[in-house]
Amino acid sequence: MAKQLNVFVENRPGRLESVAKSLRNSDINVRAFAIQDRGDFGLMKLIVDKPKQAQLALAEQGFACAMKDTLAVSVPDQPGNLHKLMAALAENQINIIDAYGFVLDPSKQGVCCVEIENLPQTNAAQAVEDAGFTILEDEQLYNL
Amino acid sequence: MTEKFWNKEIETAPRDQIEKLQVQGLKKVIQWALDTPFYGKKLKKSEINSPDDFNCIADLTKLPFTTKDDLRNNFPRGLLAVDMSEVVRIHSSSGTTGIPTVIYFTQDDVNRWSDIVARSIIATGARKGDIFQNMMTYGLFTGGLGLHYGAEKVGMTVIPVSSGNTKRQVQIMKDFQSTVVHATPSYLMHLHSVIEQSGPGLAGLALRKTFVGAEPHSENTRLKIEEMFGIDAYNSYGLSELNGPGVAFECEFKDSMHVWEDAYIVEIIDPATGQQLPAGEEGEVVLTNLIRQATPLIRYRTRDLAYLTNEPCRCGRTHQRLSRITGRTDDMLIINGVNVFPSQIEEIIMQIPEVGTNWQICLDKDGALDKLTVNVEIYSKMFSGDASQIEKLRSRIKEELRASIVINPIVRLHEPGFLPVSEGKAKRVIDNRPKI
Repeated sequence: MAKQLNVFVENRPGRLESVAKSLRNSDINVRAFAIQDRGDFGLMKLIVDKPKQAQLALAEQGFACAMKDTLAVSVPDQPGNLHKLMAALAENQINIIDAYGFVLDPSKQGVCCVEIENLPQTNAAQAVEDAGFTILEDEQLYNL
Repeated sequence: MTEKFWNKEIETAPRDQIEKLQVQGLKKVIQWALDTPFYGKKLKKSEINSPDDFNCIADLTKLPFTTKDDLRNNFPRGLLAVDMSEVVRIHSSSGTTGIPTVIYFTQDDVNRWSDIVARSIIATGARKGDIFQNMMTYGLFTGGLGLHYGAEKVGMTVIPVSSGNTKRQVQIMKDFQSTVVHATPSYLMHLHSVIEQSGPGLAGLALRKTFVGAEPHSENTRLKIEEMFGIDAYNSYGLSELNGPGVAFECEFKDSMHVWEDAYIVEIIDPATGQQLPAGEEGEVVLTNLIRQATPLIRYRTRDLAYLTNEPCRCGRTHQRLSRITGRTDDMLIINGVNVFPSQIEEIIMQIPEVGTNWQICLDKDGALDKLTVNVEIYSKMFSGDASQIEKLRSRIKEELRASIVINPIVRLHEPGFLPVSEGKAKRVIDNRPKI
């Protein structure tokens, strides 16, 4: 399963810059990121080439940072595929905590990173694969 | 013809008569105190073995002081002077580090206290026939029940609304034509802003007086309240260790608060040396309770700063008057009338594993009311990476603080390293409230 870093950041100027700086200083390459906004704080979600090192670098700078499993699904970049993926999860009563997507290769491939509630207790991976999607493994994702 | 005094003979007694009453009272208190485990030891250490060792008011200084720590360290029954079956009431306040203080009352104690509160009420010119809406919190806190019993004794019509629910307070003021209310100054200002917003303003109200207490405030605040409502506001002083409200109260002339000296011996001391200070000099208020058998309290250091005046009052009362409380000798905060020690907040925060060791509290004004913001840091090692964890943590801190200090705080969670570090003299309390 692919790893994602969730970093606690306060909602005030300069915080994301500070995260980015720590990563730059440790020569970490960010593959994808998103922000989950919760009012006076947020979580910065990062997919990076070296998750373990990135976590250490951020922890060293004092950031509260946790490594989470994320379902990184390769989604063909065509109309209807997001729905197809969501339907597969919905049919199995699987709840999504947070998700973000990006296009990797226009009109060919996109990626959907989905954080699933109680992931280990669900059949999320199976459901997604049964619907015809490919789940990207760690290395595949980091070396996009 | 309305009565001006509740007990004219005592309220206007010559000084030597008051001192005689105090000596008699103190002899009784020493007798009661010797029956408690705490004073039994403490008084004997000061070589006071019987009430006969005490013969004039100057002997007061032979007696040792009692502190809040004494009350905490002897919780729950170290200062109990009667059999528990004689106790009809318990009042308690939360302690500085989790240990509460407790005060017991016999039926006679409650009666004597109520009598002193009744005297206070009459001194302000309120009386039987007034409709009294008590907006002070009922419960373990003494502010609500103290005035309640005194007002009933006077024969006022008492509406025991307790605090909060401002819209309902206003409705009740209209429905029952309340003439006298009891509240903290900041709550009255808040009440006024709610009345203003809700249409017809003060029209339809019958209010004529208010007793204010539980919160230090300035003369300007009083004037503002009086002007806003078009009423008279009377300052009061009391603390739960000394029964509660009614230790001192302003008379109709509103020029400092008469300490009811037949019930409470008041001293002002230099907090550093413990030496008594003369009238007019500011120092720590020290009180001895002469009217409570179940929990005697001798020379209790209140940690409140004030001064006395013994000049004659136009009302004819001879009891000395206490100034407004000008400050504290410790770091106690008063937040919307509730006494809070920063250490209480620290205690609660530090029990929660998901927060770090640094914390800070900020006090601001939100309209007329106080707003408490508690700032804590997320503890990195306990962070799961889920936003829901953070939200749960926030509610938990809020809930635990609300339960223990009875104040609804705003909780802000910060990244590790945001707050000043816990070593040294980090500034933990930031009070931005304008001095009222």
